[in-house]
Amino acid sequence: MIETRDVIKVGIADLNIVKAPNMIRTSGLGSCVGVVIYDLPNKIAGLAHVMLPDSALAKEPKKNIYKYADTAVVYLIELLLNNGASKYSLKAKLAGGAQMFQFTANSSTMRIGPRNIEAVEKALNTYKIPVVGSDLGGNSGRTIEFNPATGYLNIRTINKGEKDI
Amino acid sequence: MSHTGLTNLELDVLKEVGNIGAGNAATSMSQLINKKVDMQVPSVKVVAFDEVMNIIGGPEELIVAIMFHIEGDTPGTVYFILSKEEAEQLVSKMMPEQAVTNFKGTEVNPLAISILQEAGNILTGSYLTALSDFLNLDMQPSIPYFGCDMAGAILSVGLVEISEVTDYAIIIDTKINDHDMVSGINGQFFFMLEPESLSKIFNSLGINNYD
Repeated sequence: MIETRDVIKVGIADLNIVKAPNMIRTSGLGSCVGVVIYDLPNKIAGLAHVMLPDSALAKEPKKNIYKYADTAVVYLIELLLNNGASKYSLKAKLAGGAQMFQFTANSSTMRIGPRNIEAVEKALNTYKIPVVGSDLGGNSGRTIEFNPATGYLNIRTINKGEKDI
Repeated sequence: MSHTGLTNLELDVLKEVGNIGAGNAATSMSQLINKKVDMQVPSVKVVAFDEVMNIIGGPEELIVAIMFHIEGDTPGTVYFILSKEEAEQLVSKMMPEQAVTNFKGTEVNPLAISILQEAGNILTGSYLTALSDFLNLDMQPSIPYFGCDMAGAILSVGLVEISEVTDYAIIIDTKINDHDMVSGINGQFFFMLEPESLSKIFNSLGINNYD
């Protein structure tokens, strides 16, 4: 029997949730961090494509809560719990936070990858969600796809091939 | 495009700005590769971040980009973007003796990187000089940064700069190309403007109804 599977796409500064047998993916992560929070027993997962570390940095009148690590993680957890996930089985997997260019000049974007990683880890720690797998840093772009049925995160880069964590 | 508040007049002005820059860059490119080089009418787009990647074929598309931060009166980011094949062409036209494979995945021969950085420097330099003279504004490019990877990963570097302020990018997209059908080079300039730079450009040209 053939099951139809959809792949939910998450854009930049965006988030969404998915239930098995569907998958969820985001493409072209650079300094951005892809945060997967999932509940394996209930086969439900959420993915956020975080762009900036801290919503306190926002200089826009109406801020996009999907864009910042602190607000996106909180909202994603809430969304998962409202859709049948159990608080105590939530786990996280992370990918991204690369440094795409070797900057010499002093620029606010210089350490954005590591700052995003720190902010995501801090937010997850607040909710006591363990990070069980990660592929962070380096200088390659990544495309990631998560399967809520198996709990595997597939990571694809142009140069360093593909792997599952 | 109503969310941007840009009028048709303002969009036309930005197109003209792209035109002037690319015209000058096309001349430089022509001298660089010793061939006739043309440009296309620029497009000015005000788009959500996802749409930025879609303009050049989606976030996973492998691109070669030379990036510059712009400082001075109009902060922003300029990318000179090529496909891998076009970058290979450009290297071999500038350095015919460098006729080896310079690109393997995202790994690039260091000499080819230098050549492309220098080409980017020359082309973007003439692009910005034309703009700066026309607008009478100070635009200082940084040193060139070379990148070869997924479009999403590379372009988000420029988007991060503006993302604290807005969810939309203003992009002046200009293409220059030589007329070789078999192995043509299409270079694309992406000028991502910070919102505050816009009002300076309009002010400088005496269009004051933008606020």
